[in-house]
Amino acid sequence: MIRYILTRIAGLFGVLFIVSVITFSLMHTVPGGPFDARALENQQMVPENIKRRLNEKYGLDKPVWQQYTLFVRNAVFLDFGYSMAYPNRTVVGIFREQWSYSLQLGLLTFIFSIIVGVGLGIGSAIKPNSVLDYFGTSVSIFCLVIPSFVFAILLQIIFAVWLGWLPTGGWSSPRHWIMPVLANSLAPILVFQQYTRASMADAMKAAYVRTARAKGLSRKRIMFIHVFKNALTPLLTVGGPLAAGLIVGSFFVESIFRIPGIGFYFVSAIGSRDYPMIMATTLVWTLIISLAYLLTDLLYALADPRVTLAKDE
Amino acid sequence: MINKATINKIPRKPKLNNLRLFRRRFARSKLSVIAFCFIIFQIILAVAAPYIAPFDPFRGDFLATWETPNYVHWLGTDDLGRDVLSRLLYGARVSISIGVLSQLAIALVGIPVGAIAGIRGGWFDYVLMRVIDVLSSLPTILFYILLMVALGAGFWNLILAMTLTGWIGIARLVRGQVLSLKKTDFIRASRAMGAGNWYIIKKHILRNVMTPVIVSIALGIPGAMFAEAGLSFLGLGIPAPQASWGQMIGMYQAYIRTAWHLTVFPSIILALTMLAWFLLADGIRDALDTNNNFSSVEK
Repeated sequence: MIRYILTRIAGLFGVLFIVSVITFSLMHTVPGGPFDARALENQQMVPENIKRRLNEKYGLDKPVWQQYTLFVRNAVFLDFGYSMAYPNRTVVGIFREQWSYSLQLGLLTFIFSIIVGVGLGIGSAIKPNSVLDYFGTSVSIFCLVIPSFVFAILLQIIFAVWLGWLPTGGWSSPRHWIMPVLANSLAPILVFQQYTRASMADAMKAAYVRTARAKGLSRKRIMFIHVFKNALTPLLTVGGPLAAGLIVGSFFVESIFRIPGIGFYFVSAIGSRDYPMIMATTLVWTLIISLAYLLTDLLYALADPRVTLAKDE
Repeated sequence: MINKATINKIPRKPKLNNLRLFRRRFARSKLSVIAFCFIIFQIILAVAAPYIAPFDPFRGDFLATWETPNYVHWLGTDDLGRDVLSRLLYGARVSISIGVLSQLAIALVGIPVGAIAGIRGGWFDYVLMRVIDVLSSLPTILFYILLMVALGAGFWNLILAMTLTGWIGIARLVRGQVLSLKKTDFIRASRAMGAGNWYIIKKHILRNVMTPVIVSIALGIPGAMFAEAGLSFLGLGIPAPQASWGQMIGMYQAYIRTAWHLTVFPSIILALTMLAWFLLADGIRDALDTNNNFSSVEK
């Protein structure tokens, strides 16, 4: 068990290393440095000597490999330097101040989508081909085909512009939360609905359910005691990584509803070629998502005694 | 009780080739047929866009900016006075060609790589699997974004980025299929009779992995359209003078209070198109999902 965890953690570092190399080299092949982007925005050229000084300040005058080793050395101590788009803020500072927005959005989305998705999945599985089943399927098709940003904009137009019930953007009160959470939960609802439905259907066909029925247990008892417990455990495998993906923020929903979370800052960092911010966000995301996979596997082994971790495939 | 009349009533089983069988099974789902017709209609419109578009989609009319839908401009005009309907028609060209071309490129890369890894095994397989492990640990959307930032916005760069990320899925799929096919008797027999790797890939493997690959490609087309729209929405996909639905939505989402028509029409078209392609893919999957098929045996 401990050996397994250690191997996985070593693998995690390997992945982080390779991802950082990929990101770093991609960022440095981009034509146009960070200061060109800002100059273009302000419609003026940066004088040569100032550009040289700026490059010195951010270490961009050094050879690429040196920049990389420096970056890694600092990153180990969680120091990603100053943001280039917001020169008076450190990247870590931006994370500290803005992450709470993404966290709130992500958690609300997670809770909402798990209730709706699992509810619809159970409904569909209990009574196949009923109205509830068709409703669940329609919702999942809707979630599958509508991009979140399209749904977000349609929501904005209907509820904010035409009806005037909800504010178009911001994050200050629960009324501001409704539309972003709805728009953000399309994909998670789809995942939860599909998984719940499939694993419920499997569990209901299982031999122990037939035995329970043969013993004469009531349908309700079979459902609650036997089916739910076994059918909902596999949800852990999708729920963990999904939650990780949600709490790191959403590009589309945050920028449409102007929620100042990490996704919002990442999108603006792309536009302004803010290397430190892009690198830090990519690495933090990869770390969180890989950690979530690891934790999920461990939790799954605890929840389901049949699973052993000793051999990784 | 069988009498002569009933025997005569039993229809003689016509000999069906695969394509006709497929067509018959596909036609059973009304929704898929409707989706198919919608897609054909859209492709015709997209191909004929230069002839049927009422206005030049790239030329602005500065006397008619920000117009809401009216008799001259059916779907209104944008900030530069460009006709929204014409731009939507040209956007269909982008969306469809991105969807189809990217999937072709992905198939061209992914199928051979997966097949070779599966059949040869050894170091090639090992390296490939590690590469896939690392690449799939990056969230797809993040990977797209990084690539597009590095490559720069543009039609061919989008296809390149999609190929670089998308081949993984199909390579893994083909590899898995090949590994399970390898153990089957007919391939072992073929090998025992002295067939080489290439012969086996060509003669037996390709034919048998085609079903899941076709389904994956059919599902990949709307997936690629989805990604194109998202990236263009973020300003990383199709650059400005060209028209793309996602880009139109992204550019004008700030103006929904004053000019709702600039985002609503592309949004609706995008949603309908995605729905149609997914339904088509679903229909194809159901039509191909015969019982003597490998993918179902494996489960």
